[in-house]
Amino acid sequence: MCTVCGCGSGTMTIEGHEHVEEEHTHRHRHADGTEHSHPHTHEGEHAHSHEGLVEHSHVHRHADGTEHSHWHTHEDDHPHGHGEPVEHEHTHGPAGDRPRYSGDPVAFGHGHAHHGHGPAHSHAPGMSRTRMVQIEQDLLAENNRYAAANRRYFAERGIFALNLVSSPGSGKTTLLVRTIEALKGRMPIAVIEGDQQTSLDADRIRATGVPSLQINTGKGCHLDAHMVGHALERLNPVPESVVMIENVGNLVCPAGFDLGEAHKVVILSVTEGEDKPLKYPDMFHAADLMLLNKVDLLPHLSFDVERCIEYARRVKPGIRVLQVSATRGDGLDEWLAWIEEGARAAAAVRRDTIDALRRRNAELERELAALKARLGERT
Amino acid sequence: MHEMSLCESILKVLEEQARAQDYTRVKVVRLEIGALAGVEPEAMRFGFDVVKKGTLAEQAALEIIEVPGTAWCMPCGRTVAVERRFDACPYCGGYQLQVTGGEELRIKELEVE
Repeated sequence: MCTVCGCGSGTMTIEGHEHVEEEHTHRHRHADGTEHSHPHTHEGEHAHSHEGLVEHSHVHRHADGTEHSHWHTHEDDHPHGHGEPVEHEHTHGPAGDRPRYSGDPVAFGHGHAHHGHGPAHSHAPGMSRTRMVQIEQDLLAENNRYAAANRRYFAERGIFALNLVSSPGSGKTTLLVRTIEALKGRMPIAVIEGDQQTSLDADRIRATGVPSLQINTGKGCHLDAHMVGHALERLNPVPESVVMIENVGNLVCPAGFDLGEAHKVVILSVTEGEDKPLKYPDMFHAADLMLLNKVDLLPHLSFDVERCIEYARRVKPGIRVLQVSATRGDGLDEWLAWIEEGARAAAAVRRDTIDALRRRNAELERELAALKARLGERT
Repeated sequence: MHEMSLCESILKVLEEQARAQDYTRVKVVRLEIGALAGVEPEAMRFGFDVVKKGTLAEQAALEIIEVPGTAWCMPCGRTVAVERRFDACPYCGGYQLQVTGGEELRIKELEVE
């Protein structure tokens, strides 16, 4: 279990729902008896070619049992067959020590006559085959790919999506219920609820009459883009709607996970203390709007609103702040206007795209008609 | 934040790369963590030791390269060092800073065999 937030294992490793081309490795045997393997991807057929100067790495196994790998380029297309001896020409530049991938420097200088290798190519017969692999892989890359897919989903449907984040007990669900009641007559709304356990929040939302789906993260401390992608499949929000994603109550982890939303909205209640933006800077930095909730309680507290806003702007210059009370109704008009503005903009982008596609379609149909007419003249 | 799930992401990458790069064991993982990435190096070490058991990275050491935070100060028109998100510009004392570095969270390289 995570020592920081109690986030357990097993919630982040769901099998991908996007079918990304899988890389895999094939072993080839050459006419001279040598074998090599290299990773590649298929595009539907079991053969591939190398276009132009494509660089890639091969691991070769020689007759004496030694193995080595190196980068090389192909200048011509050639097919790779599988299961039968295939001969092909490789040009090896002096790229054995290509920056991304290098052989063991101790083992240099073992030259051999296998189709023209450059000088920097290495073998280590009988020695440790430890080597360096530079991969430069971002740990959040996978989540970001799913987030990009969600963002495309929202854009194609003209949906305005918000990721609501806060600590537990900030009044997020109460605010959401108030918001839905005020907006549901004006625009379609759907809600994704994230909590570790129970469907209590989704039940509260469903009581307002709008579609809502609960994600239980189990031990997980945040929603990720993959979970949200699946939730969208099931929720199937209508085009030009507003999708509110209520994240797990946690001011730490959800900051790092893009869900594909238009904006993160952080909700801070005045009962929490004005120094929260400095204590949890990542979250306030990730948000575009801060809702300062429960302002009806200010007379009973020593909460310094100005200082709190100043702290928030230290971590996120330009963060917008609205002071609201979900129970008394303060500031709700501004908040609703902000949502409506965003929803209008998202819908307008979709309509522009549809209009542009229609125009293009009409244009193509005219061209087709003209071509058909010319064809008719000829025959 | 969520260091455990990040450690599982590391392992997933190691397993995927094992096929692509043709290795069976990982000896060292060099991980870049930016000062502003929201990740605690100690918690990463702890998490990695837990998740690597029984995998191709069982014997792997996790080496962490800590990348300092940098930001662009608009009023000063220069790059400055920051340790935390809410640090002021060390020259003008202002907060109009745009973070430019230190958000890294990536596997830089591996030693494999």
